[in-house]
Amino acid sequence: MNTVFAIARKDLVIEWRTRTLLARVVPFALLVLVLFAVALDSEPLILRAAAGLVWLAMLFATMLMVQRSFDLETVDSALDALIGFVSSPSRVFFGKALALFVQLFALAVVLVCAAVVLYGARIDGSGVVLLVTVLVTATLGLALVGTLYGVVVANLNGRDSLLPLLALPVLAPLLIGAARATEAAFGSDTIDMANGWAWAALLAVYAVVFGSAGAVAFAPLAQSDS
Amino acid sequence: MALGGFPALAGVDVLVRSGELVALRGANGTGKSTLLRLCAGLTPLTRGSASVLGLDLATQRDAVRSMVGLLGHDNGLYADLTARENVQFVAQLVGAGPSDVDAALVRLGVDARVAATRAGALSAGQRRRTALASLVVRRARLWLLDEPHAGLDSTARSELDGILREATRSGATVVYTTHESDAIGAHIPRTITLANGVVARDIAARVGIAQSEGVQSEQPR
Repeated sequence: MNTVFAIARKDLVIEWRTRTLLARVVPFALLVLVLFAVALDSEPLILRAAAGLVWLAMLFATMLMVQRSFDLETVDSALDALIGFVSSPSRVFFGKALALFVQLFALAVVLVCAAVVLYGARIDGSGVVLLVTVLVTATLGLALVGTLYGVVVANLNGRDSLLPLLALPVLAPLLIGAARATEAAFGSDTIDMANGWAWAALLAVYAVVFGSAGAVAFAPLAQSDS
Repeated sequence: MALGGFPALAGVDVLVRSGELVALRGANGTGKSTLLRLCAGLTPLTRGSASVLGLDLATQRDAVRSMVGLLGHDNGLYADLTARENVQFVAQLVGAGPSDVDAALVRLGVDARVAATRAGALSAGQRRRTALASLVVRRARLWLLDEPHAGLDSTARSELDGILREATRSGATVVYTTHESDAIGAHIPRTITLANGVVARDIAARVGIAQSEGVQSEQPR
């Protein structure tokens, strides 16, 4: 576990110094929310779409964060060195996913708060527990899938455009689940709490599946010849 | 060993003993870097057999990686971490302590000012030293260096040669590549020349070679 935390800490220290999340990703994601609000221009429509818009903005932001995360590793061939320094490459996968999770979770909290302010979304007592669960499970899924696909495209030309092309279809189920569960947490009358919890459980399964896939596939993907 | 359908190594048969300092030379595309990556456990062995430090490369790559330090064309440093933080990060990964970091930095001549500078702001020589300090701190038994002299001035090259000789004196085996056009110093005990993925020439001085398992690679032509 020390290796996982050391790798996550390294990524977070670099993020703290470069302020990529604060300076680029948060403004970008907030801008997406604002533009959607302007484009829809209908309070009931915006309120109904709020949850989906939050997670759509999270998906776009995830692409930026994953690219940044693997740019760090490819600029000076650090990933090769890193793989050489650890006994099990899967620890690199979980370390990078953990750092991504921390950053994406912080972003998700900001975006939910923005949805409350911009869209008038409401969260009651029971909704808070569901919302926190969804934020954790969906963000974990985003981080794990992002890290897995990040290493797939890490050494490819045109990786900036390849990453969304490959990862977004895989993230579609997560988008649906997270949007539906968040809708329930926001007290929407189109989905009840019980259904919201069912979607949250599905998100947890999704995270476990991609966590397992990443643990197995990361090593051969990271060590493929380029 | 094939890359993109073409054999990158097509009949390399070489034995390197523990404690040896070996220069691997050859023109571009002769398989030098591929051989190093193979020995580092980063590239899978597709045909033939090879063992590194007594471990089978076909079945024990993870174990090989833990004992081998590869320094490629790039240094593998994080530009936004200081030189010390880069070495500290490696120390954390391999279970070394702060005193090991200090000792490695001193050994490689990385002074306090350089150690506190972000790697992205260091000169090529300073970055190379920092990367080598990472190999020292992880106590690699086999150093594999891909054109380590590239980008260094003559002073830094001499210092690097000294570091490599010192590494072999402390028990490590060092194999490094050098470009065909680079001058090979008379102090290099053994020089292996690759051409078209095979060993074209192997000139070894028969002195100072320790007896132990080292790197053994044999691949079918």
